[in-house]
Amino acid sequence: MFEIIEKVMLNPTICKMVVKAPRVAKSAKPGQFLIVRTDEAGERIPLTISDYDPKAGTVTIVIQPIGASTLSMVEDFNAGDSFADVVGPLGNPSEFVTMPEEELKKQKVVFIAGGLGTAPVYPQAKWLHERGVAVDVIIGARTKDLLIYEDEFKSVCDNLYMCTDDGSYGFKGVGTARLEALVAEGKTYTKAVAIGPMIMMKFSTLTCVKLGIPIIVSMNTLMVDGTGMCGACRLSVGGVTKFACVDGPEFDGALVDFNEAMRRSAQYKPEEAAAKEQRMCRAEAKARAEGRI
Amino acid sequence: MANKIDRVPVREQDPQVRAHNFDEVCLGYNEQEAQLEATRCLNCKNPRCVGACPVGIKIPAFIHEVSEGNFAGAAAIIAEDSSLPAICGRVCPQETQCEGSCILGIKGQPVAIGKLERFIGDWSREHADEVPAPKIAPSNGRKVAVIGSGPAGLACAGDLAKRGFDVTIFEALHKAGGVLVYGIPEFRLPKDTVVAHEVDAIKALGVKIETDVIVGRTITIDQLMEDEGFEFVFVGTGAGLPKFMGIPGENLNGVFSANEFLTRNNLMQAFRDDHLTPIRAGRKAVVVGGGNVAMDAARTALRLGADTHIVYRRTEVELPARKEEVHHAKEEGIVFDMLTNPVEILGDEDGNVRAIRCIRMELGEPDESGRRSPVPVAGSEFEIEADTVIMALGTAPNPLIARTTAGLETTRRGGLVADESGATTRAHVFAGGDAVTGAATVILAMGAGRRAASAIE
Repeated sequence: MFEIIEKVMLNPTICKMVVKAPRVAKSAKPGQFLIVRTDEAGERIPLTISDYDPKAGTVTIVIQPIGASTLSMVEDFNAGDSFADVVGPLGNPSEFVTMPEEELKKQKVVFIAGGLGTAPVYPQAKWLHERGVAVDVIIGARTKDLLIYEDEFKSVCDNLYMCTDDGSYGFKGVGTARLEALVAEGKTYTKAVAIGPMIMMKFSTLTCVKLGIPIIVSMNTLMVDGTGMCGACRLSVGGVTKFACVDGPEFDGALVDFNEAMRRSAQYKPEEAAAKEQRMCRAEAKARAEGRI
Repeated sequence: MANKIDRVPVREQDPQVRAHNFDEVCLGYNEQEAQLEATRCLNCKNPRCVGACPVGIKIPAFIHEVSEGNFAGAAAIIAEDSSLPAICGRVCPQETQCEGSCILGIKGQPVAIGKLERFIGDWSREHADEVPAPKIAPSNGRKVAVIGSGPAGLACAGDLAKRGFDVTIFEALHKAGGVLVYGIPEFRLPKDTVVAHEVDAIKALGVKIETDVIVGRTITIDQLMEDEGFEFVFVGTGAGLPKFMGIPGENLNGVFSANEFLTRNNLMQAFRDDHLTPIRAGRKAVVVGGGNVAMDAARTALRLGADTHIVYRRTEVELPARKEEVHHAKEEGIVFDMLTNPVEILGDEDGNVRAIRCIRMELGEPDESGRRSPVPVAGSEFEIEADTVIMALGTAPNPLIARTTAGLETTRRGGLVADESGATTRAHVFAGGDAVTGAATVILAMGAGRRAASAIE
């Protein structure tokens, strides 16, 4: 069992959890993910690692409930409770981790973070910043209330740019528009890393290709085991089939077939909707039985 | 003198009924049936069945005890050579091993050795108090890490624990059992009774099982040896990576590896309403391949409500699956399209599978495996309507451990290099089962695990 040490709602929908998982914490590197199974009947849920503390033996995950399983994680589990399983770290660390120091020092990296993807950018920016690499971070969300991690990022990057689609906070517009504006102002980058919804990574890639900046994306595909066994996470990269779990999760964005990846991610939409519906019905029935509604 | 009666039929669930449930198909012998079947054994002076058994179980000797009604005695004889009789009795390809070489099989039906082994395995589980507890040597304080809790790992761990070693099994998934849990379906190998019992028996010997540890990611072999004090490591990680055909359309929605399909259903229990993992068999499923995994996937799809076809490029004679599985699959209503090979999977405008385009094959000259190789018949392409396609083309070893362990060499096909005893190219590291041989059988993996255990000293 893996105890939840801390649970914080970062905004009305996004939840941060610090979980005791000493073996995962000891081996985790920026860019890797883990799998949580809440209980015996639960799914194996892949989540990018948002932080790790080998001394405390903890890992941090950030969850935005979309289906029945993630809803359960956030609504049914609190600090002091335990998840049945936390396994990881999975996937390859970000390419910076294995880059020769000399090459690393020359990097000027811009991260483009969208929504939930903001959290997994954090350990990468922190890792680079600690090593003296120039790091700019662009965080985007639909509206002010959905922005997360602003304070955390202040100490791990050179420049932090906040954006909202509706202009309620920071730059008005999407992250890629902010990047274009920065480049127009004369900023140069050797590498961009985009983490967020697939559609956002697709458009980040289009922008970066246009600007001539090499871009890395982190592919959050469907997955069962996460160790290379099932192949549910397969995607086309440069016309070749790759497994996000063992070949990724990070890939050269310019080579990823995003349309296929988005289509494959929607593969269990009807089943997921039904499971969510069932959960809502059960919650309602319970609330009625307890006289709450 | 052997009893000249026909082979005692084994009771099975009715095909019409079992096509809609996941309960075990074969119900096994009861005591009377087992005793009667055992009387058919000729007790040959030179028993060919023993030589054909990968672990050399003393078959006529245990069958003699069964015929006498001494089931505990039979269990003790099997235990000398096999640690998993309830499992092997169910999943071994007996027709090419013990039963395939039974003298009675020349003119009639061989002795039902597999069913008798299964009977003894089940009897031992149900009469645990009548079976003498295994002798465990005093602890020698020496630590061995076993990686993977499938048949190879369980067998290796069990033997080492009996000899006094301090054994920890590291399992990547959340449940112990390996392919016995994620691969072989419930209707062929019940999990809560048979598999869980074998795992518990290994634990009862003092073996610790740590799930959720992916060696190569969570921790490396070097760290296990240097930081955690393990003197020896046995790698029994199986062959878990699925193969695809490389034909157009394989990434369409509705195309799954058999591994994914079976893992969702077996490990994640997707067929149960109270479990959250989704699975989709569709209305019409086509399974590509002819091995046991193809049969398992097809029969699972059928039970989930799909009209199911198996597509195989050779003929029924060459099907690598156990005869019994093919027979059961047919009884349940699965359609076999032989001499048929997919060339493309076709999708609708939304990217969902709508059909699979195949080409007719004919058998040509024998290839290096000795089987006649299939060649396409020009211009014979046709479509089979399908909304689910399941690829059951075999599996390869996971390269993770070889990549993260210095000094571990692999073969061209990705298996770890190991000698007869399981010794790898790295001192104190042994390996066995599918991780060495590539996809094979439970009994071979178990045998390899036991050989490695005896080489560790």
